[in-house]
Amino acid sequence: MDQAFAQRRRRDLIVAACLAGLAALVPLFVKDVYYQNIMVLTLMYAALSQSWNILSGYCGQISLGHALYFGLGAYTTALLYTKFGVLPWFGMVAGGLISALVAMVLGYPCFRLRGHYFVIATIVIAEITLLLFQNWDWAGAALGITIPMKRDSWLTFQFARSKLPYFYFALALACIAWFVTWWLEDSKWGYWWRAVKDNPDAAESLGVVVFNSKMGAAAVSAFLVAVGGGFYAQFVSYIDPESVMGFQFSLLMALPAVLGGIGTLWGPALGAVILIPLTELTRSYIGGSGRGVDLIVYGGLIIAISLARPQGLVSLFARKPKADARPVREAVAS
Amino acid sequence: MGPGVRQDDIETGLEHGAKPVTAETIIQSLASGLLMGLLYGLIAVGLALIFGLMDVVNFAHGEFLMIAMYVTFFLFAYFALDPLLAAPLVAAALFIFGAVVYLLIVRFAVRAKANTGMVQIFSTFGLAVLMRGLAQYFFTPDYRSVTHSWLGGKTISVGGIYLPEPQLVGALIAIAAFAGLYFFINRTDFGRALEATREDAGAVALVGIDKNKVFALGWGLGAALVGLAGAVMAIFFYVFPDVGASFATIAYVTVALGGFGSVFGAFAGGIIVGLVEAVTTLILPASLKTVGIYAVYLLVVFIRPRGLFGSI
Repeated sequence: MDQAFAQRRRRDLIVAACLAGLAALVPLFVKDVYYQNIMVLTLMYAALSQSWNILSGYCGQISLGHALYFGLGAYTTALLYTKFGVLPWFGMVAGGLISALVAMVLGYPCFRLRGHYFVIATIVIAEITLLLFQNWDWAGAALGITIPMKRDSWLTFQFARSKLPYFYFALALACIAWFVTWWLEDSKWGYWWRAVKDNPDAAESLGVVVFNSKMGAAAVSAFLVAVGGGFYAQFVSYIDPESVMGFQFSLLMALPAVLGGIGTLWGPALGAVILIPLTELTRSYIGGSGRGVDLIVYGGLIIAISLARPQGLVSLFARKPKADARPVREAVAS
Repeated sequence: MGPGVRQDDIETGLEHGAKPVTAETIIQSLASGLLMGLLYGLIAVGLALIFGLMDVVNFAHGEFLMIAMYVTFFLFAYFALDPLLAAPLVAAALFIFGAVVYLLIVRFAVRAKANTGMVQIFSTFGLAVLMRGLAQYFFTPDYRSVTHSWLGGKTISVGGIYLPEPQLVGALIAIAAFAGLYFFINRTDFGRALEATREDAGAVALVGIDKNKVFALGWGLGAALVGLAGAVMAIFFYVFPDVGASFATIAYVTVALGGFGSVFGAFAGGIIVGLVEAVTTLILPASLKTVGIYAVYLLVVFIRPRGLFGSI
């Protein structure tokens, strides 16, 4: 591997560690619960979008149905706890494993589909699951599940008074999702995924097992998103099908990555840090919910970014091209 | 039919519920399913047309329908114009809207240098979200309806089968629109230019056809068709900002079933979707009625990844 690349990866890791350290200090200064709530959501969406990015960004299989895995994680965690008393820590892992399994079972037929046929299949499958959960009486049907609040405890991961434990969990989740991406980026899988994204036929002919690559990406992606779903169930302590499996989650997972830069290491985090506070704040200052102001902000941003910066905002931070990559005129002048 | 009926079941005006399944109810359902299916075809055909022309899926298609329904509603509310009379006006308004969307957004999206596929998906997707937000902001999330119209609420009995008149007229309009479209594509200069551009956009430039103009007119035509559908839908369906969302998914399924880009595949796809929905409502609770449509979509693309009539 060439040295500049190794150096860049080391630098990425150091920058990430510093940013995580700084982020961990923020709630010590920002004590307002409203702002802490926004920070928790921002970190959660950073983690979710980072996970979505593995399948849709790196591997190029655009999923607009990831709410399915988010919902499965939330439901597994909540159902295991309320019905069987299984602690949410195990519930989150169980939810992750179930989702990874589901992702592979669904991937088996779906990964034969290409382009729009695939995108629509992901939407449709998430929608079917949503409808089934709305009619599944044992799981609370459309009314959902309330997770009973007992007392603040790390064991059951519930905290009525403080947002801090949620904040640190969400931070840890975002760090894990980032680190998994960082680690996979330079693994065999990472190269396979990019090859599959760029040209599946060429990749296949060069010996990349395209199908397995997609399956691997789907499983990792679904696992992490489901853990996020389990976390969300604990955080809001009430879930129903529409609020954890609705299409808006599929969208909200994709948007930060689209905004920040699809298929990039830093894109999802950057996108989440801009998008989530922006919409939360506009919602509370301008509109109030139900007026659609958040949708106007999202929609306007997506159009503007995808037209003006198709590589995402992260490209603004890209270093200047090397001397030999400059336009001829400029090179001659210097 | 069990206690599963929880959602407001307002969607299609089909007969639902806990009636025993007899030969009569089956024929009744299939007949209303067929009518609704033709309307689904009309909703979806604009999507298929645009995709066939330039390989772009308009993810804001449902919101085009929503706008058409609002235009119909406001023409009714402020000018007491019956939706049937308003239909040509709505189609014309949507024609302009579609062409403008192409010129302002899509034209640039297809030119993107990086991530072209993503840019196409997310730029029209962003438009969908924006339109929904604007509709909520300006029209409020309230459900509105065209309270009285020539056809609203009326049914006609054909050989013992009751057919709702709005759907019946809608189906007739859909058939007329498809016939007109067939004539248009095959017999007019613009239709030929459209066909030629979808075959080879580079070559048509050589014979002096302005690709951009054809694309803009194609978007206008696609939007006008969904405008026609919206005017009919407004007669018997509530108008609200999210109304497009559920129909959009059905429209994608319809188009994909027929094979993306095949205009008459959309016609066939619509009929299939309508019939499948009718059969589903006979056996499953009403709240699960779209499950049948979605399941058929998955089944078809798993067997034929390019849809029923899709080429390549």
